[in-house]
Amino acid sequence: MAPEGNSKPSGGGYLDFEQKVADLERQMDELRKLSAQKGIDYIVEIRRIEKDKIGELKRLYAGLTAWQTVQVARHPQRPLLADYLNLMVQDFRELHGDRCFGDDRAIVTGIGQIARTKVLIVGQNKGKTTKEKIACNFGCPNPEGYRKALAKMRFAEKYGLPVVTLIDTPGAYPGIGAEERGQAQAIALNLCEMSRLKVPIVSICIGEGGSGGALGIAVGDRLAMLEFAYYSVISPEGCAAILWRDGSQAPDAAAALKLTSRELHKLGLVDAIIPEPVGGAQRNVHDTVHNVESYLAKTLAELNRMKLSDLVEARYRKWRSVGSASLGKGPKAAPTIAPIASTGRRVAAERDSSPAKV
Amino acid sequence: MTMTKKPKTTWGGFSLKPRKEMPEGLWTKCPACEHMLYRSAVEKNLNVCPTCSYHFRIGAPTRIEYLADDGTFQPLLDDLTSGDPLDFQFRGTTYKERILADEKKSGAKEAIQIGKAFIKGRGVVLGVMEPNFLMGSMGAVVGEKFCAAVDKALEESLPLVVVSCSGGARMHEGVVSLGQMAKTAAALARLDDAKGLFISVLTDPTTGGVTASFAMLGDVIMAEPGALIGFAGPRTIAETIKVELPDGFQTAEFMLEHGFIDMIVARKDLRSEIARIIDYCRK
Repeated sequence: MAPEGNSKPSGGGYLDFEQKVADLERQMDELRKLSAQKGIDYIVEIRRIEKDKIGELKRLYAGLTAWQTVQVARHPQRPLLADYLNLMVQDFRELHGDRCFGDDRAIVTGIGQIARTKVLIVGQNKGKTTKEKIACNFGCPNPEGYRKALAKMRFAEKYGLPVVTLIDTPGAYPGIGAEERGQAQAIALNLCEMSRLKVPIVSICIGEGGSGGALGIAVGDRLAMLEFAYYSVISPEGCAAILWRDGSQAPDAAAALKLTSRELHKLGLVDAIIPEPVGGAQRNVHDTVHNVESYLAKTLAELNRMKLSDLVEARYRKWRSVGSASLGKGPKAAPTIAPIASTGRRVAAERDSSPAKV
Repeated sequence: MTMTKKPKTTWGGFSLKPRKEMPEGLWTKCPACEHMLYRSAVEKNLNVCPTCSYHFRIGAPTRIEYLADDGTFQPLLDDLTSGDPLDFQFRGTTYKERILADEKKSGAKEAIQIGKAFIKGRGVVLGVMEPNFLMGSMGAVVGEKFCAAVDKALEESLPLVVVSCSGGARMHEGVVSLGQMAKTAAALARLDDAKGLFISVLTDPTTGGVTASFAMLGDVIMAEPGALIGFAGPRTIAETIKVELPDGFQTAEFMLEHGFIDMIVARKDLRSEIARIIDYCRK
């Protein structure tokens, strides 16, 4: 198994819908080689192809299907927690252990500064190399990960540190040990305690937002998503397997689940979409991290200005109103979306006032 | 192949076949001990097998009849119905069709009923999940009604008793249904802040998003004997880790052994145990 690095995007890693981009890049490489060999300057041709390539990428990524988005979100070269910690967090110090059972590597917690604000970072870690991937269970946390997150969040609450959570998991680990140690209880407690934690909480889905495993660290004041991340109640493969008894129908299931940032923002379930560079985060790690950092700088400043009691009350109302607008009343009112006046309006108002893009 | 292995139909002593409410007819077969039983005898015994104490799955109306004092259940928000926030369609099947089909089949309007009731004379807010409506899954209606029950309990200082019976989050509502986990947990945080009592009763099955939210947040958590309780479904776990699951994995007894529930209570004793806890927690 070859170790997967985060090297040049031209070193491969094309998704199957990016064939034309791959061809253009190969042409450019050939011209460069030719230039070097024969001493002829092909810079004009190379620039033209480069322009074509960017145009093609823009076109492709503007119209990604739900399933293609899932593939981008799972791209092996997509920036992971480690990139954000390296490039965005100054003076990061990891804080280990749940004081109970162990130190889950799929969830990393620690203190550091983001845009000169001291924060607690809680992030899901998929690992880059094969060795790391195995150590952190391919980003699938065990109960001790959620308990560690909660323990550190309580520490943050005690000292008034805002919490930043970075979500990137296929889901909480479905294993015998996880069940024995109470995966469900660990997640449930996090949902409950995060809803009333007396410090600001900002969550960003940077890659995969897999179900309860993602939600377990995502109950905050703001939930943002990178443009090509996905967030879903069940993996498209799982959904297809249940409804169609055939996991290969995942592309259709992905579309049905409305799991892209745009769809979720439209539904009011996500507060902001953080744009990715042309051709997705995997093509430009620095710009991606920079965009996340500017969103965090702005949002943390905004939340820090709020009175704590107002903040916690607004967080409660935000989560309390999820789905209220979609409810119907009366036996046959189901097909039309009939918002319940009070909560429905409140959701809409909150959504309008929040930034759509940064 | 001449001799094919009989497919595994029981697991940990419990049937893997979909368990239905009592089928029509005079006789019924217990899925656990395979005794042929008189239907009326089973019904008289609170839908528990008289030979092996297997607890049959029961619908919400039956559960309410067993739990609440006669005629005291007053439903709340009974007319709330599911919207279709995602306009969910998957290869020709739609969510709306599924709702209509399950409504027709089960007579239930949603996967939970809530209301005020008395249990052995103690006033409570009671919530009961309906396994025959989309597997008792939690969508926006379940979340909203659960929170309404919490609000009612807060408003009238009543204990909240919720009987869970659910396959988890309702896939057809996508992230809206995922959000219900946070919504119900947030409501319970409020109840907890006000020192309100929440008794969570887990019945067969309680899995997925319901276990990972309100069901595991009870001040006191009870479970019926043999109930399947877990986060990931047994099939998902078996497929992921490719290991045969140990006998009795994810049963109520397993949960008790690992410290995640307070007690296992037989169906016939639920009323008195709930009443006892309420008496100890009266302010």
